[in-house]
Amino acid sequence: MTGITQNGWFAVRRELSPRGKWALGIGSFLVPLLVWCVVSYVPFVWHPQVLITQPGSVDYFQPGMRVDRAVFDDELEHARAAHAALPAGVGANPVYLPAPHEVLRAFYTAFTTPPPSQDGVWLHQSLWHSVQIIFWGFVVSSLVGVPLGIVCGTYSVLARLQEPFFEFFRYLPAPAFGALMVAVLGIYDAPKIAIIVIGTLFQQVLIIANTTRKLEYGLLEAAMTLGTTRLKLLTHVVVPGVLPDLYRDQRILLGWAWTYLIVAELVGTSSGITWYITQQARYQHFDNVYAAIMMIGIIGLGTDLALAALGRRLFPWDRTLKA
Amino acid sequence: MLNPQAVPGYLIQSEPVRARFERLKAREPMLEVRHLGKRFATPHGEHTALHDVSFTTHRREFVCVIGPSGCGKSTLIRILAGLEAQTEGEVLVNGEAVRGPGADRGMVFQGYTLFPWLTVKKNVMFGLRMNGQGAAEAEREALQWLDLVGLEPFANVYPHQLSGGMKQRVAIARALANRPKILLMDEPFGALDAQTRAKMQTHLLDIWRNVDITIVFITHDLDEAIFLADRILVLKANPGEVQVLIEVPVPRPRGYAQFTSPEFVATRARLDALIHPPVTEPDDDARVRPHMIRLTDVNDDVE
Repeated sequence: MTGITQNGWFAVRRELSPRGKWALGIGSFLVPLLVWCVVSYVPFVWHPQVLITQPGSVDYFQPGMRVDRAVFDDELEHARAAHAALPAGVGANPVYLPAPHEVLRAFYTAFTTPPPSQDGVWLHQSLWHSVQIIFWGFVVSSLVGVPLGIVCGTYSVLARLQEPFFEFFRYLPAPAFGALMVAVLGIYDAPKIAIIVIGTLFQQVLIIANTTRKLEYGLLEAAMTLGTTRLKLLTHVVVPGVLPDLYRDQRILLGWAWTYLIVAELVGTSSGITWYITQQARYQHFDNVYAAIMMIGIIGLGTDLALAALGRRLFPWDRTLKA
Repeated sequence: MLNPQAVPGYLIQSEPVRARFERLKAREPMLEVRHLGKRFATPHGEHTALHDVSFTTHRREFVCVIGPSGCGKSTLIRILAGLEAQTEGEVLVNGEAVRGPGADRGMVFQGYTLFPWLTVKKNVMFGLRMNGQGAAEAEREALQWLDLVGLEPFANVYPHQLSGGMKQRVAIARALANRPKILLMDEPFGALDAQTRAKMQTHLLDIWRNVDITIVFITHDLDEAIFLADRILVLKANPGEVQVLIEVPVPRPRGYAQFTSPEFVATRARLDALIHPPVTEPDDDARVRPHMIRLTDVNDDVE
């Protein structure tokens, strides 16, 4: 009988071998990198501009200048017709798309370049500052959000009292509170942390309450028939029961907190990695901008992988973690 | 041959069986259910799940509850456990009215409900710890109960590493560790394969013989009910009411050889007649009328 065979690469919902998983995981990074390389290094792919090497007779051309290809071709025609010195140039991509090797170099030089001013900060100091903002924002949010979420997921009364308002509030864009937070908390780190808290907390409570509700009710019933009191039900059944899922939620929420970082750091005095990115963009050092964005990605993915590994150690009974 | 006053087979008790029932009924009542009723409010109006259910179970009696689907047997056992509140009547355990769940009534669920984050040993210790016992003492007792169900070698594994039968053994040990007066079992072997189920039935009788426990056991397997029970409470559906309380005439100790004994067959026939009465009105399934057409060669017979 012909039909679907459940072998090979495209078997539906079939677990891959560990080697295959690793290969594909690396491939997921290699594919976009390859696209970027092709766009950057293969001359006839895109390259909408021309980087002037010799201005020739065109008075406004300068070496190192980028002009649109149409303009360049136009000027070349003119020079040829006038029998003047011909301008020369090579095809180039716009300044906002640096080639991979340029970004790679910037990745290194960004750390070795001293700050422009005496009291300026090095890149690693900026990064560390950003990490601290995220950390405190997430900690403050979790200190309120996790207990509240668990309690709301357990007692319908509290859930109903809180959820409609939180559902409303989570639609309010956190950056909109920037000016308000500066007025209340000053211009330094406090309003930045507050923005991250506002962006994270309301989602956190709703998500964790929902996770708590997914705990098998039979476990609570079994505990009750074993003589568990109401308070112990919360501490000895609900909390340990939802812990692996709660941990997974927290990992996802930490990712969300990172997405609020850039707006948060623009509030009050610009600081951290955002300050670095905006500065570099102002001077059109887009290789540095890309490098800085990638640093955020690497830190984010790195923490997530580390937390996932830690989770496997912490919850040996959890079987859904091995996804 | 046809005696008009014939006593039905399931009512004939041999002398030892009758003597046993007399001793059983002389023991103090452990569970008294009086005029128990439960009504639910549903979108389609009020639904009566249980109506005027009364029965008495004596200490160390093994009672099975059977009935057609929707007869409220699960509701009944959940009320006995205190997980649901009745709307009428009362439940007395050892003379005291039941208000909410308590450690005096252990329960074993069909879905195992072991705590996945605790090892087997800690699962069994859970009830003891919740009731204020010290860790060392609870551990010693838990290991004894695990030994009783034959799972001491698995004390330190997590429930997901066990088979269904083993999980249910842990659940039984966990319920018994609290030293409850009554063990409530809600179709505990329903999810097990036939072979494991048979083993668990024998094992449960072993436990019951050796532990001071009264068992209320819900099942939809009639053979299981006859094999296990002293008395079988037969419920009928819509509303859930007691149809009859049958004294099982099969002598103890029970064994699988008895499945073909006259007492067993007679009781089985009686239960069949009670649970699957001759169809009088078409139910939902009766409207399903398969229309069989021949889709293979006319001469290609398989029977």
